[in-house]
Amino acid sequence: MSAGARAAEVGFICCRVCALVCDAGGDMAQCPRCDAEIRSRKPNSLSRTWAFLIAGLIAYIPANVLPVMHTHSLGDAHGGTDNTIMSGLIEFWHQGSWGIASLIFVASIVIPSTKIVALIALLVNAQRALPSRSAQFVRLYRMLELVGYWSMLDVLVVGLVTAVVKFRGLSDAEPRIGILYFGMVVILTMLATLSFDPRLLWDRRPGKG
Amino acid sequence: MAEEPIVAGQPIVTRTRWHLPLVWIVPIICALIALSLLVRHVINAGPEIQVFFQTAEGLEVDKTQVKFKDVPIGIVTGIRESDDLSHIIVSIDLHRSAKIFARSDTRFWVVRPRVGLGGISGIGTLISGAYIEADPGKGGERASTFTGLEEPPEVTSASHGTQFSLHSDNLGSLDLGSPVYYRRLKVGQVVSYALDSNGQGVTIGIFIDSPNDRYVARSTRFWNASGIDVSLGADGLKLSTQSLASVAAGGIAFYDPPWAQNERAPAPAGMRFELLKNESTAMEKPKGEPLYISMKFEKDLRGLSVNAPVEFVGVEIGKVLTISIDYDPKTQHFPIIVGAVIYPQLLGRVFQDEMTSEPQERGRRITAMMTDMVGRGLRAQARNGNLLTGQLYIAIDFLPRAAKVAFDASTQPIQIPTAPGALDNVQQEISDIVAKLDKIPFDSIGQHLDQDLAELKGSLDQLNKTILPDASRTLADARKTIQAATDTLSGESPLRQDVQHTLDELRRSARSLRVLTEYLSRHPESLIRGKPKDLPPELAAPADAAPPASSPPR
Repeated sequence: MSAGARAAEVGFICCRVCALVCDAGGDMAQCPRCDAEIRSRKPNSLSRTWAFLIAGLIAYIPANVLPVMHTHSLGDAHGGTDNTIMSGLIEFWHQGSWGIASLIFVASIVIPSTKIVALIALLVNAQRALPSRSAQFVRLYRMLELVGYWSMLDVLVVGLVTAVVKFRGLSDAEPRIGILYFGMVVILTMLATLSFDPRLLWDRRPGKG
Repeated sequence: MAEEPIVAGQPIVTRTRWHLPLVWIVPIICALIALSLLVRHVINAGPEIQVFFQTAEGLEVDKTQVKFKDVPIGIVTGIRESDDLSHIIVSIDLHRSAKIFARSDTRFWVVRPRVGLGGISGIGTLISGAYIEADPGKGGERASTFTGLEEPPEVTSASHGTQFSLHSDNLGSLDLGSPVYYRRLKVGQVVSYALDSNGQGVTIGIFIDSPNDRYVARSTRFWNASGIDVSLGADGLKLSTQSLASVAAGGIAFYDPPWAQNERAPAPAGMRFELLKNESTAMEKPKGEPLYISMKFEKDLRGLSVNAPVEFVGVEIGKVLTISIDYDPKTQHFPIIVGAVIYPQLLGRVFQDEMTSEPQERGRRITAMMTDMVGRGLRAQARNGNLLTGQLYIAIDFLPRAAKVAFDASTQPIQIPTAPGALDNVQQEISDIVAKLDKIPFDSIGQHLDQDLAELKGSLDQLNKTILPDASRTLADARKTIQAATDTLSGESPLRQDVQHTLDELRRSARSLRVLTEYLSRHPESLIRGKPKDLPPELAAPADAAPPASSPPR
């Protein structure tokens, strides 16, 4: 990373929308050109991110413990089954649908947990200025935004299956409360990602990265 | 670069806001929701119980439900084997509303498809899979471990009725669920059975459904109506059945004996009854106090069996209990000792009074009575009850012509003198006849007969060869002779003609003679004087015939 003067150091703020460089002013400021709020840094970025992240973490527990979908088919033993994310995944795996099992594994478990872990890493890094290179964290942040698109996959699958599999008596699928928590996890982690200001990553570092 | 200095845009400062608490509301709300879920889970969590089963067939973790009247009340959360591998332990999470099931007298069993004689059950589980059914008890201690039933219970807490217990020598063909009949109507079933602790019998639990349980009275008799009751005794072949289902599955019937109808008192729950062998036994009157007797028979008693009837003047008053062999060193003989029980009450009112008196008094009276009766000829006989099967029974009867015997009435059991049966005499005679027949030398008779027959055959051969041809010749000659005789005697033969002629002559002579005789009787003087002149004309013609007396016919 090439070292350069930081905008804040020279008393400027760049508008995030129209990229107009303005004088660094007070706390609340608006871009004279596009009326967007301009700030040197997102206000309370870290604490907001933490808040959303913790909320997401809390929601992640019921999302995994509670059943996300109830399936029932004719001849099914015990009047249908409630599946949590993990049990559904294991069932698919045992049935030999390794592709679907892997997809669900990635979408429902790898991505959310990666997001959470990555956000924690970013937050800790931003607060503590750990002795590692910020560029990697920036890359981590970009990846976070990228995978964020796919985090709703599970919710979509449940929504789709519920809508499509409606053969009364023969086969039925219904969403269960767990998927709501899973959706909350996705939204909260997205909000956390949004709240996070990547610029903080290098705020506490000396100019030379 | 000579340009204007860069003028930065002047931000419009508005007011500051305080953001922190608003953002932190989100995790707080999340935490509250999670907490509420946790709290709800804890509150809703019912008791966790463990049930022991012999097999986990059809049970699945997290899928198999526990149901009561088809309402889910819990779910299987774990299945593992016991430490000693003798059974499996099924962990069950009951719902909070199903707390009542965590009581020590709750019963659990696995509902699977079952096919039995009593019918088919649990068909639905073929498709839906097995589930565990629970039946709450009437109350009891809180409990967390249960022993599951391997078979569904016949009676659940929902069924109303009364339980009784029956005692029997053996179970017969009864089984759990075997029906109990009252007037051939199914009113209950067998719900349990167990060997007595001493192994000497079986206690059978039955459940009579309400309201029919009120028909069970203290005097009620129960009998085993299982299968087909075929008995072959001194009174012949008997066959009785209750119903087709009980023929296959066994069953119990009960009824009030007719002699106890008007002393009905409802039986208390759990009352113990004796399960009798069959209906006829059950309907018998109580026989009263037993009196044991023994009899010594000198002859073989083939056909006499234990339980054979003991009859007094044709009425059954007891039965044979034992048949054993004794040894009499004096006579070097093996007499047979028959022990029997008789019920003096069956002998009538007199004995009924005797038997109901004080034991000591009773003994004395019976002794006196027996001595008297033996003196008048009371004897026991083994009689043939059934000629076809040869079954014997013991008959006690008065035989006035019986030889006097010494009778000691003080022995216990009372020894009744015996007499050979009527049939024994016949048998003896028959055997005598047989012995005589046996002495006839059939062998040598046969041999001789054989020789004689051989000789006879030789003679006959000779006859055929020599005598028969001669005989046939002789016969031919005889035929010729007869032919000649026939020819001689036929109408046209000259001999016959001559005879005819001679006879005619003779007839005429006879007539002349008659005329002469008549004439002479009328004129006897003509013998001396000769013929008068006025001789009647009818005498003129035969006059030439000589005096008939001196002329014999030819």
